[in-house]
Amino acid sequence: MSVALQEPGLIVDEEPIRSRRGIVWETVRRRPSAAGGAAVLLLLALAAVLAPVLAPYDLHEQVGPVFGHPSWSHPLGLDDGGIDMVTLLMWGVRISLVVGFAATFVSMVIGGTIGVAAGYFGGKVDTILMRITDYFLVIPDVPLMIIVAAIWGPSLFHIVIVIGILLWTSTARVIRAQVKSVRERVYVKRARSLGASHTRVVFRHVLPQVAPLLIANTVLTIAVAIFDETALSFLGLGDPSRISLGKVIENAFQRAAISTGAWWAIVPPGALVAVIILACSLLGGALEDALNPRLRVSHLAARTFRLRPLVGRGSEVV
Amino acid sequence: MSGSNGAGPLIAVEDLVVRYAVARGLLATISRKPQHFVHAVEGVSFTVSRGELVALVGESGCGKTTTAQAILRLVEPVSGRIAFDGGDITALHSRALRPLRRRMQLIYQDPYESLDPRLSVRAAVEEPLLIHRLGGSRTERRERVREALSRVELSPPELFLERYPHELSGGQRQRVAIAASIVLGPDLLVADEPVSMLDVSVRAGVLNLLDRLREDGLGILMITHDLSTAARFADRIAVMYLGRIVEEGPAQSVVRDPQHPYTKALLSVVPRRDPRKRSRPEILSGEAPDAVRIPSGCRFHPRCPITIADCREIDPALEPAGAGTGHKAACIRV
Amino acid sequence: MSGLLEVEGLQVWFDLDRGRELHAVQGVSFSLEPGERLGLVGESGCGKTTTVLGLLGLLPPSASVAGSVRLNGVDILAGGEQTIRPHRWVDLAIVFQGAMNALNPVKTVGSQIVEALELHGLARGRDARLRTGELLESVGIPEARVDRFPHEFSGGMRQRAAIAMALACNPSVLVADEPTTALDVMVQAQILELLDSLCRDFGLALLLVTHDLPVVAELCDRAAVMYAGEIVEHGPVDALYHEPRHPYTRLLFAATPDLYGEGVPASIPGAPPRLDLPLTGCPFHTRCDRAFARCPQERPLLRELERGRSAACHLNDVVAEVV
Repeated sequence: MSVALQEPGLIVDEEPIRSRRGIVWETVRRRPSAAGGAAVLLLLALAAVLAPVLAPYDLHEQVGPVFGHPSWSHPLGLDDGGIDMVTLLMWGVRISLVVGFAATFVSMVIGGTIGVAAGYFGGKVDTILMRITDYFLVIPDVPLMIIVAAIWGPSLFHIVIVIGILLWTSTARVIRAQVKSVRERVYVKRARSLGASHTRVVFRHVLPQVAPLLIANTVLTIAVAIFDETALSFLGLGDPSRISLGKVIENAFQRAAISTGAWWAIVPPGALVAVIILACSLLGGALEDALNPRLRVSHLAARTFRLRPLVGRGSEVV
Repeated sequence: MSGSNGAGPLIAVEDLVVRYAVARGLLATISRKPQHFVHAVEGVSFTVSRGELVALVGESGCGKTTTAQAILRLVEPVSGRIAFDGGDITALHSRALRPLRRRMQLIYQDPYESLDPRLSVRAAVEEPLLIHRLGGSRTERRERVREALSRVELSPPELFLERYPHELSGGQRQRVAIAASIVLGPDLLVADEPVSMLDVSVRAGVLNLLDRLREDGLGILMITHDLSTAARFADRIAVMYLGRIVEEGPAQSVVRDPQHPYTKALLSVVPRRDPRKRSRPEILSGEAPDAVRIPSGCRFHPRCPITIADCREIDPALEPAGAGTGHKAACIRV
Repeated sequence: MSGLLEVEGLQVWFDLDRGRELHAVQGVSFSLEPGERLGLVGESGCGKTTTVLGLLGLLPPSASVAGSVRLNGVDILAGGEQTIRPHRWVDLAIVFQGAMNALNPVKTVGSQIVEALELHGLARGRDARLRTGELLESVGIPEARVDRFPHEFSGGMRQRAAIAMALACNPSVLVADEPTTALDVMVQAQILELLDSLCRDFGLALLLVTHDLPVVAELCDRAAVMYAGEIVEHGPVDALYHEPRHPYTRLLFAATPDLYGEGVPASIPGAPPRLDLPLTGCPFHTRCDRAFARCPQERPLLRELERGRSAACHLNDVVAEVV
């Protein structure tokens, strides 16, 4: 039989990203927006992890006057307690990222599990799970976070949980849709008819197809989680013993940084939050785009083929 | 679940009935409108023996695919009996069915979709072994995989083991799918339109492969709409219309001496290769009615060219007809 | 000598990444007279669909085209989209592969035909509706169905509707790309009969593109067999079956099961060559059972063997040399 392996003669529709593993890596490699977002996130994460080592000053040490102006030794000035802003920001990013990642992890686990279960089993399971999802979707997040934080008491752990249980709904919907479509693919049905257990089918056949989308969704969720944390901290509901970027802004705000004109106490942390969210959005958005079926130019739509002068390979026959 | 020594037929289906409820909206449910059913299979009986290739032919909507799925217990029958190797499997639970799944395998129509794009050929053919915990060690399993690939003529197997589906042609993919099915050593293969999505020049190879597997002792039930393929490769043909078998018998008998008017019409419109052999086509008007509203009496009577008054009343059973052994037709005018 | 449609030396290239090209159609020539049915036969990847899309100028920006397409003597390809556009649908119409599934699901079938008529300025309002009714009748759809939606039609009727739409502007040439592939054999027979009567009653010239040889044998007078982007044999279908002059034609027929034929169909080993790489020698030689020394070295040209018959195979030269 044939040794020729390539599907010949057909128009080679290049979709190499799909057929190989590592769609995440490929996307980052190919799209500048994704690469940029990934780079920024990596940098910030590095700064956060190495804060204890890299921070120029001590976090609790007053090195100058309240709202000291930016200078060479303190490029971003001092905050309301005379603490170096750069140090504050590095430690702040740490907490913000930790909360962001942790809350996202919680939401991913909940949302992913519910999405897979609803999409895979369908029927009653699907209906019930989706009703639950709908209820959670309808709850307004910030008011709920305020109430829970107020009742339960502000602590990092509570914040993470609260954010987590509000964010999982969109993940669940997206994953459910994808799982539903993968479930119908012939090779999945084949595995079932071969006698593969549900576990095997889900882990070996369904999840690998769903994983890239889950990753994209996760990255986007991180952006929202960080925003939520910042908002909560700014409203004074964050953990008072931890400095997150939101807390930095809140402190400055409370201590009248604006009327004092100490922009360096408010703008940099706000800008940093914005940068983190932007980076996540770029990366996540690029991944999502890469996973959408490419809209191909249909030959029925565009009629702009080119003409070439007749090259002689003439046949002798009309 | 008793296993016989192969004396009786491999699979025996008796009066199989499968119905689907037609999906209806909330309003219809609330207003308690009568639930309509798609009568996909309405009393089908046939057998497939070892070393026999039976073709189930018919047009779309006739119930042939549903019949195949019911045999493999992928859909639940409403009534009827399915016996595999002498043992009744109609009502078995999924756990009891598991060992049986080894012995009955399904080959799908679409070679481009039936393989997981993320699994290599080796992994795809090995997976059934892993699912059923066969082939003790890794080397043993590898040997079985190699053997299965050789058997489907993907030789030498080493060339194909580490390939991925997108690197293979349609015919090769279908062979890999068949290899994954036979690696378990099944007794029955159900092939649902195994070649309809392949190029013509490649089809014969896959069909000849199925033929060789049949010679090795497998029983094969082939679902197809292509009468020419059935005529060339099947031992027996059963023609289905709206959920019933209207004619069955030895392939050559059914094709050369059709008894049922539907079979005759169907055969007359199959295009021939030889332009000189255009037979007079008996083109039936319209299309088969949907399986929700089955006509009364003989289900074919609205389109039948030789229908008479009685045909509206009497629902004919399969009776012996024609000269071949076991040739039967369901028509009162035969 | 100007027939209704004359295609000469049609070539199509597609741009691939990294500066490579796919030479999808490598010099196709044929002609069509009014009322004539020509079958363009080949398997997937042979270039038959690309050929007819090139004929109608329906290729994407990544395509480049060479050759001539003469309609009543005038080369309509010469000016690209400008020269083709006035003739598209008006003189040359096409029923695409899967057209029956491409009907707009939210518009009634009648309104879609009316839209086509109005777009091409052939009729408006009441006249358009009248003409639509006539068109549907001519393809066997009762006029009462004019205001139904596509999902209310069966597969066969949707295909008839697609044919009616293609015929809306009274073209003289109809191209049908795999018109019956997705249909049951009985419905296929109905559609083939419809195409047959349209050719006979209206003098329509039909270019039938398909992989199904028996369908071509059923409906067409002549056929051109395509392989690897070129026509390898061309002639009356009868001659193609009984006296093929190219091994691919012979083997393709042999691979097709026949209802009453004798013998077992056999596959053709191997696979068609890649069209994104330059070809040396005959594109079929690796799979041919009669290949000899000359075949891998020299590419055979499509040569006229006798009136109305041509083939691209060195074996025909051997015979000629002997004589």
